Amino acid sequence: MDNLITGKIYVLGNNIDTDQIIPAEHLVYSTSDPEEAKKYGHFALSSVPPEEAGLPHGNLPFIHGDNYQSEYSIIIGGSNFGCGSSREHAPFALQVAGVKVVVAESYARIFYRNSVDGGFLVPMESAERLCDILQTGESVTIDITNGTITRHYDNRVFTLKNLGSVFAIVQSGGLFQYARQNQLL
Amino acid sequence: MGMTITEKIFAHASRTHKVIPGQSVWLNVDILMTHDVCGPPTIAIWEKEFGGDAKIWDKNKVVIFPDHYIFTANPHANRNVELLRQFAAKHELPNYYDVGTERYKGVCHLALAEEGFNVPGTVLFGTDSHTCTSGAFGMFATGVGNTDAAFILGTGKIWEKVPESMRFIFNGDMPEYLTAKDLILRILGDITTDGATYRAMEFSGSAINQMNMLERMTLTNMAIEAGGMNGIIAVDDITREYLSSVGVSGYQEFTSDSDAEYFATYTYNANELVPVVAKPHSPDNLAAVRDVEGTKLTKCYIGSCTGGKLSDFHYAAKILYGRKTAVTTFIVPASTTVARQLKTEKYKDASLYDIFTEAGAYIAESSCAACLGGPADTTGRSIDGDTVISTTNRNFPGRMGSKQSSVYLASPLTVAASAVTGVITDPRDLLQ
Ligand code: SF4
Repeated sequence: MDNLITGKIYVLGNNIDTDQIIPAEHLVYSTSDPEEAKKYGHFALSSVPPEEAGLPHGNLPFIHGDNYQSEYSIIIGGSNFGCGSSREHAPFALQVAGVKVVVAESYARIFYRNSVDGGFLVPMESAERLCDILQTGESVTIDITNGTITRHYDNRVFTLKNLGSVFAIVQSGGLFQYARQNQLL
Repeated sequence: MGMTITEKIFAHASRTHKVIPGQSVWLNVDILMTHDVCGPPTIAIWEKEFGGDAKIWDKNKVVIFPDHYIFTANPHANRNVELLRQFAAKHELPNYYDVGTERYKGVCHLALAEEGFNVPGTVLFGTDSHTCTSGAFGMFATGVGNTDAAFILGTGKIWEKVPESMRFIFNGDMPEYLTAKDLILRILGDITTDGATYRAMEFSGSAINQMNMLERMTLTNMAIEAGGMNGIIAVDDITREYLSSVGVSGYQEFTSDSDAEYFATYTYNANELVPVVAKPHSPDNLAAVRDVEGTKLTKCYIGSCTGGKLSDFHYAAKILYGRKTAVTTFIVPASTTVARQLKTEKYKDASLYDIFTEAGAYIAESSCAACLGGPADTTGRSIDGDTVISTTNRNFPGRMGSKQSSVYLASPLTVAASAVTGVITDPRDLLQ
């Protein structure tokens, strides 16, 4: 795991559910075939209502045209990010699209677990409601160990919550890696 | 300080005497359930991580129900079922319920109960968020993703944080116009879609004690809609009777101690509650049916793990008996057992099947169908401009198909009443 992540942010609101992250009709594609799996990146966040896609203004597509990767590698969300179904395709789709970190006010349990245990991305919790402060397209750097997010243009630093007991799994890169390193497998 | 029923099961399954909320423990899993959407990726991770000669931790404890994308021409969806079929054959899995055979069951959460996999005091993980449904049987059941499921498939173990518990007590008696769906929608309106995140939701009280197991499953099913880790109801005579009817015996019953600690307690009087809906586009967008009555509809849908059980169709039949539907109405029995029961169970002098057919409803084959939209040829899928009232559990944008459709969630009584008039209707106006 890289400790410092720099990239452009894509801002979303509350209750971004797994159907918005990856609509159910696309769940038929293989996740293990690398070519076919690109579809997941292509359709990532495709069901977010247009007016809420890329806040504060909206109407900013996460993926352009036929691409499967996004120009944004960090997502900022509100409360209850990833609610809905248990589909691991959700953090997977974001990973395929190039997302490294999600920073939200709070998460739904299964999305959070999937992100950590599958090693897809790092789910960080913000101390304040960053989706009302930061704007889509801004560049930031996230320090995972120290729990900060720094906005480049004014060097303003915001605090992120400690990952707590899942930090060890995040650091290992996922549940299987963690279990091997700790002789659980 | 005492422990809640969920804490006791955590302690038991992690081979210790005492656990406290917030603590992470390794649980020994009793049953792992998966289906056609998450089964294939779970198997792929398991094979990759454990290697070519990987061994399943316990074949008798793995249960697989193809149920989501079943009656479709979509080649990718059919390939997923084929992958499950090959996996089950290769490993000679005793608990695989293949499509197109006598064994086909339909929606996993109801099938688990019918096939006797819900056992009080045990721990069940499934690759589906509504796995919490099984908690109606006094057990711990919750959903996980594919990586966690693959880990369980190889080891029979998984880490989990001990949840805090929230208690929901329903005193009084259930009026005839109210169903379990009205109760859980009311809770969602009160605590919202993240009100129980990472917590256990424990249901009790005289109104719960009067409910049959199917209605109880409607409550625990939708714990996840509040973000809950699990829903749970203590075992009583009604549970024991259901279990003995499906051949389950010799289980351990846990109950919450009187001095157990709860994060919060909500107390309701069932007699004072009214029929409600969740308006588009969130299960916590609560309104009394009276406040939205008259809303014009294009589709009515009675189905899914939460709203396609025999109890739901008994409710619907009470309203639809001798009446015609005014809008397209889909009846989707969650399991093949329920589909058969529609023909044998009666309301007054007619079978439920005949009541629905004579009302002009369309009776579909058992599966998840349009509950989660699905491929374009899925029965009942919503299209642009639809306004649907449905007994399912989610109405997020696009959940039942088109993003340009609106879905109201309601009880089977309310959906049936609305089917008769073509507009959202309070069942109290039509109960005969
Ligand atoms: S019926 Fe709906 S909620 Fe239930 S398992 Fe199927 S898709 Fe999920």
